[in-house]
Amino acid sequence: MPGTIDTVWTARDTTPAGIEAALRRARGDVHRENASYVPARVLNLVCVVDKAYSGEIANRLRRVGRYHPSRTIVCAVEPGREQLDAVATIAAPSEVGHGEIGLLRETVVVDVGPKHLSRLDRIVDPLVVPDLTTAVWAPHGHNEGVDSLLHLAQAVLVDSVDEADPRDALLRACKLSGEAYVVDLAWLRSTPWRERVAATFDPPKLRSDLRVLSAVTVRHHPESEAAAMLFVGWLASRLGWEVGRLTPRANGLELSAHTRRQDARVRLEPDEALQVRGLAGIVLETASGRWLSLERGPGGLRAHYRHRRGIDRTWTILGASRGEAGILGEGIRQALLRDPTYTPALRAAERMAG
Amino acid sequence: MTTTELENPLVEGLERLPVHPTTLVIFGATGDLSRRKLLPAIYNLAHEGALPERFNLVGSSRSRMSDDEFRDQARESITRFSRRQPDPTVLDALLERMRYVPGSFDDAEAYKTLDATLAGFEEEAGQPLNRCFYLSTAPEFFPVIVERLGAQRLQHHDDAEVRIVIEKPFGTTLAEAEELNHRVLRVFREQQVFRIDHYLGKETVQNLMAFRFANGLFEPVWNRNYIDNIQITAAEDIGIGTRAGYYDHAGALRDLVQNHMLQLLCHVAMEPPVHFTADEIRDEKVKVLRSIPAPAEDELERIAMRAQYAPGRVGGEDVPGYLQEEGVPPDSNTETYAALRLHIDNWRWAGVPFYLRTGKRLARKVTEIAITLKPVPHLAFQQDGSVGVRPNQLILTLQPNEGVSLSLGAKIPGSRMRIRPVNMEFLYGTTFMSQSPEAYERLILDAMRGDATLFTRNDEVEAQWRIIDPIVTRWEATPGPLPQYESGTQGPAEADALLDDGQRWRAV
Repeated sequence: MPGTIDTVWTARDTTPAGIEAALRRARGDVHRENASYVPARVLNLVCVVDKAYSGEIANRLRRVGRYHPSRTIVCAVEPGREQLDAVATIAAPSEVGHGEIGLLRETVVVDVGPKHLSRLDRIVDPLVVPDLTTAVWAPHGHNEGVDSLLHLAQAVLVDSVDEADPRDALLRACKLSGEAYVVDLAWLRSTPWRERVAATFDPPKLRSDLRVLSAVTVRHHPESEAAAMLFVGWLASRLGWEVGRLTPRANGLELSAHTRRQDARVRLEPDEALQVRGLAGIVLETASGRWLSLERGPGGLRAHYRHRRGIDRTWTILGASRGEAGILGEGIRQALLRDPTYTPALRAAERMAG
Repeated sequence: MTTTELENPLVEGLERLPVHPTTLVIFGATGDLSRRKLLPAIYNLAHEGALPERFNLVGSSRSRMSDDEFRDQARESITRFSRRQPDPTVLDALLERMRYVPGSFDDAEAYKTLDATLAGFEEEAGQPLNRCFYLSTAPEFFPVIVERLGAQRLQHHDDAEVRIVIEKPFGTTLAEAEELNHRVLRVFREQQVFRIDHYLGKETVQNLMAFRFANGLFEPVWNRNYIDNIQITAAEDIGIGTRAGYYDHAGALRDLVQNHMLQLLCHVAMEPPVHFTADEIRDEKVKVLRSIPAPAEDELERIAMRAQYAPGRVGGEDVPGYLQEEGVPPDSNTETYAALRLHIDNWRWAGVPFYLRTGKRLARKVTEIAITLKPVPHLAFQQDGSVGVRPNQLILTLQPNEGVSLSLGAKIPGSRMRIRPVNMEFLYGTTFMSQSPEAYERLILDAMRGDATLFTRNDEVEAQWRIIDPIVTRWEATPGPLPQYESGTQGPAEADALLDDGQRWRAV
């Protein structure tokens, strides 16, 4: 990883206007020092975090690599704080090749108190780069702060597996999706699974089998029930299934989905052995006798296909694990795109959660 | 949405569309291109989960080696040349899917072995797999391989698609290109043939179409009424390195102008396609090429010039001239610099000169398209004491810093109306921080998917050669010595003769 040269400005008991002016000055200084340095202009990411855990969040952001936002504004919430303290950093690559450009990334950490949350927009507004997409991410809750920022933001990053109760998470995501584009990291965790299921049924001869899906089992990390619900919500919304509420059964959750041809049995199972958030495996069965399972494995997903005519095959679908840093980086990238299938999947998942 | 026989409702919203299970066969799998570009590109596709869910790779070349030896070589190449550090689990899983078929390219037995290997993969998968043959060999083997594939009846599969990817150069003259097309199309249908021009796989070239056709701002001035001239430059600051064997036979005209630079010209000059489909885009490009008259014998001196780099200093280092490079014959008349002046005879571009130039060992590395607008018709104010009002220039830079720059006249602060040009600049790198995939990643995936948008069609190749062939023929028949230009400079002064009065080459 190439090194950076950081230009740092700090102030106690400051104002948003003071921070913004300092950033502007610092950027001018850096550019004067080396004309190859130019500010990146991709995305404003506003993070609302607990002050006590802000270091951990900073570490997570450092690891996202190439999908780093160009300006990150961290509002670190500290109990009892009355005034604003700020640290603004402009990071420049320490080496810029001849004829190349060095991209500047800007980070502003503003220490705020709980009393600032209801009008956090008044603090953040002067600090975002105008005309860029602004995304808000609040991994420690602070819904009040997020709500105050919604009119500034085009996208909100959430992680539906963060909430203890998936119902609350899905409800919150539904509410937010009415006001901004929601990028749900729990949804992104299911992307490789969705891609593979879509690919399995892509050959024209197999597409009709989507009509006769009779059972879906999704195994998930014990805390990633919401991710499993979103996966089933995706299938339901794409295939026009009617889904009811999931009910507990045999250490899992089950429901019967009404499809055009017959009912499909849906089961979600926690997998205690899975160490990372997200899905552990899925099994799809069709009334025509096909049985397909996808499991996490070394080097990709392990696929196992059976047919009642006696066919039994296994193979590996190549792909590297993205890790949590990769998922967050993907979330930041997705804030600049639009996935039309998330909201219908979310609404179906919310119906399943009841 | 309902499930129909025609649609897969699950692909909506996915960034990566499914690719049918495929076996990719690389002829020339132990060669330089395969090791440096193709195998690392395939690894990166695997890493990102972009390969088909069932994917196999067969390497073939003349070297005798086992499957495991080929895998070892592939591992070494991927580890060394991949744009990312390979994930060992993905790499192992990919290598497991590789086989090797040794044999000379005209050896019928090798094709029988290949046929059996392909059938074995299908047996194992329990389904027909698409086949994609990638010809990464010396060009003289292209027709040999195509004909052997045909003899073994590998050009067709009842239940799957068969495609063939052919690397450049696609002929070195018009006659050769026509002959190669003829021999390829006796075995494969045009829809099965994917002729590589890796420039088309570059994000920067694809961005040209986005720039022109996703922005309404430029279209009104994109014609002969407003544009004075267009210069397309592909300059390199390096010499031929260790490529003397190839380069001395090719030269700058064949190496860059006939394919890459004419592609850039087409992207700048083409009409907007009705739809963004392979054939509609290629139809428009062919129309541009057909609108360029093939140079007549008596005008060649005025529209084309060539030169060779002489010794000089680059970056503070003394460097040899082309004729002193290792492996170059001392009497070589191969050009390392070529400049052309072309005209497009259609309503949009009639009378607008298109200048193309490429050279090695120039002052710096840059690929750009400079569009110079006509000067304003009347100036209402004096310009004393200023550098003057210059025509607006729109610069589309493809490398090294992809971006768009517009030069404007602006008032110099002060009490008098003095003007100097200023630049309004946009750099893609500041706005899209994502790492572009290597061109070969995109092209391999497109070929497996059957999307020919970024590949060159048979009539396109022939139309390119129709323009270049008379120049090649004349230059080959005209002995040296060639004009020389000092290494590390702007190139030969003789290139100025191609320009109209009042025009000059943009500084490299």
